[in-house]
Amino acid sequence: MENPVLEVQNLAIRYGGAPREAVRGVSFTLGRERLGIVGESGSGKSTVGRAILKLLPSAKITADRMRFEDVDLLKTTEREMLKIRGRRMSMILQDPKFSLNPIQRVGRQVAETYMRHFPANRAEAREKTLAMLAAVQIRDPERVHDLYPHEISGGMGQRIMIAMMLLAEPDLVIADEPTSALDVSVRLQVLGVLNGLVRDRGIGLIMISHDLNLVRNFCDRVLIMFDGRVVETLAAKDMDKAQHPYTRGLLAAQPRIGDRRHMLSVLDRRPEWSEELQG
Amino acid sequence: MTVKDTDMPRVSSGMPTSLIAMRNILAYLMRSPTSAFGVIALGLLILIAAFAPLIATHDPYAQDLVNTLQPPSAAHFFGTDELGRDIFSRLVWGSRISLTIIFLVSIIVGPLGMIVGTTAGYMGGRLDTVMMRVTDIFLSFPSLILSLAFVAALGPSLNNAIIAIALTAWPPIARLARAETMTLRQADYIAAARLQGASSLRIIVKSIAPMCLPSVLIRLTLNMATVILTAAGLGFLGLGAQPPLPEWGAMIATGRRYMIDSWWLVTFPGLAILTVSLAFNLLGDGLRDALDPKQMNRR
Amino acid sequence: MTSPVEINDLSISFGEGPAAVKVLPSVSFSVDAGECFGLVGESGSGKSTVLRCIAMLTDFWQGKILIGGRDVRKLPRLERCRLLQMVFQDPYGSLHPRQSVRTALAEPLRIHGLDDHEGRMRRAIRDVGLSADFLDRFPHQMSGGQRQRVAIARALILEPALLLLDEPTSALDVSVQAEILNLLVRLRDERGLTYIMVTHDLAVVDHMCDRFAVMLHGEVTEVLPRSAILGNGATHPYARNLIQTSLEYEGALEAG
Repeated sequence: MENPVLEVQNLAIRYGGAPREAVRGVSFTLGRERLGIVGESGSGKSTVGRAILKLLPSAKITADRMRFEDVDLLKTTEREMLKIRGRRMSMILQDPKFSLNPIQRVGRQVAETYMRHFPANRAEAREKTLAMLAAVQIRDPERVHDLYPHEISGGMGQRIMIAMMLLAEPDLVIADEPTSALDVSVRLQVLGVLNGLVRDRGIGLIMISHDLNLVRNFCDRVLIMFDGRVVETLAAKDMDKAQHPYTRGLLAAQPRIGDRRHMLSVLDRRPEWSEELQG
Repeated sequence: MTVKDTDMPRVSSGMPTSLIAMRNILAYLMRSPTSAFGVIALGLLILIAAFAPLIATHDPYAQDLVNTLQPPSAAHFFGTDELGRDIFSRLVWGSRISLTIIFLVSIIVGPLGMIVGTTAGYMGGRLDTVMMRVTDIFLSFPSLILSLAFVAALGPSLNNAIIAIALTAWPPIARLARAETMTLRQADYIAAARLQGASSLRIIVKSIAPMCLPSVLIRLTLNMATVILTAAGLGFLGLGAQPPLPEWGAMIATGRRYMIDSWWLVTFPGLAILTVSLAFNLLGDGLRDALDPKQMNRR
Repeated sequence: MTSPVEINDLSISFGEGPAAVKVLPSVSFSVDAGECFGLVGESGSGKSTVLRCIAMLTDFWQGKILIGGRDVRKLPRLERCRLLQMVFQDPYGSLHPRQSVRTALAEPLRIHGLDDHEGRMRRAIRDVGLSADFLDRFPHQMSGGQRQRVAIARALILEPALLLLDEPTSALDVSVQAEILNLLVRLRDERGLTYIMVTHDLAVVDHMCDRFAVMLHGEVTEVLPRSAILGNGATHPYARNLIQTSLEYEGALEAG
């Protein structure tokens, strides 16, 4: 891949005091595309996301290579990361109820993000904020700018999160279960907004989710993780041709509208999936 | 397909779970120097009180008017007081009184506070309002003043002092238990218990009270420091233990007169009170960490 | 065990007169005996509230709820418990953290004065697919799926005819969800239970339910048979919209 946004090779993460590594042998590259990381709880997918942003102070991260554009993430200090986080790479979290400051108006929070990374005064930041709110399809940016987080719906809150995280024009965005806390009808809208922005700005997006369906619709490529390892990598459109039994098991276990099975197939977890992949 | 028990880590059998839990908590407490100090100090207190007859060198009530106000020496480790009584022995026997105070106050305050708090918190409504106003009334009295009034009405004695202290120490426990209960009663497992037909009493006793217990225990432990000091204060004012009982506060009161020339009369009882209060505070802090549910995995 | 359920004009409002806040304006529907009935809607639509009203966990409602022809308000408490039970959404909150599985299962038996505790408990735990050794476990020693199984065992140990399910699998992984849904289907086949299931996932409704109601802002917009999902046979605009979105979400793979 020419000029990848992110290059990870043989990433391993061990939490302090844990008997086993939470993540091992994870390798992938990310270009200006949408990559999905899918797994169940305990698969290590969120851990990988946080490790890239170096948000795991108590964990030991080792890798052969962990490069974000021109920055060697393995060697950066916390001071250097502070400049990178939010500006060149950012993270969208799951529940806007918990990620937005409940006692500050939302417009102010978005503007603050801008002012932290760019020299600007209040007025300029406000302009940028309003423009960004319009970009995430908020119909009345002036009014919403002055609302508090508890006065807005979940979908709108998540779009404001997206505005906040994309305002500084990062090159890499990691979205950790961005729609899990939202109603189904709102999910598509929020993802549509994210999709549009990512495409327009050429951002590399990593979408972490437990929802295989979601990821296959909105990502270009998918990584399937199980027990801390990547068990399969494939293009989203090739999902039906998945080879690994775990992926096939996940696909089969989901109830689908229109299929007439009386019983869903149950995943039979094999211990060898946790072991080294051959070759 | 039956899920086998071997799919999960083995559960150690043998000891009942509550004993395992206590052993784990103790191990956790001993790991930190401050809480270890608390545990050891209180352990010593209990041992000294239990073996007082063996540890004390003299009879705490025996007066020796020839040897009054003697400084610490080999014969009298902590010196003698104004009536020639051995201070060391009086301290040792006084530990029994301190322990009695702690024990009796806890026995009254803990259950009373829990009952009032959990019932008010769970039942809500008018019962809650009435109980909380009663609690407020007791809470609004400064503990020493209420103890004074109580003791003045009933006459000074150790038992009355204990009751007086207990009367002012229970409201915070009730408040705490009520706050915990109000959070806990929203839980799904309480709804499930109601759905099974459990009466309110059953739910409060079996489901809610065990969950409140850690906070209440921690609060009680921290309170003990204040209780000791209040008892000492009452003793100091002559309203608690009456002479010749070797209560530490009373010892300071009588020793005050001779303090300038005979520092040992007040210093050693003062140090004893300080140590026990400090030990309770540190133990309470340690318990708070130990009983934190997030620490459960580390235990 | 026949127990059809009939809900007539269930409503919850606070305050009086014109300023009254109608939290739940009006809900009416009926469920046939042995049916699996879904309650679908977005957050805030009132679907979980309806379940809590049926279970008499809240008393603050007006209207009539009949189970097997009997007014749920007039049923004596213990009898109501043997008629209906509930499984909650969060497996981590529905079991008492300090009680072993044995205690949790024995409690209802003790309250109702039933005999043969050990036998009933063993049967209950076996029926949900767990081995008898699980009786001595505590919640923190079990996974989410195992806890949910215990919650189901606890609900069924009193042999109710009606089971209320409040999003029983939405907090579980997909593969675990499949196991629990299979378990629920099997138990219903074996015991002829009536289910009222709240869920936001139309795929689950399509898999398990015979009919379902779509709720919006505390009202039932439409009651539909399961067949209405695939071809979007709803007539009410909100219901149509909801089904349409779910179909798109499910996998507009063609659009992809």
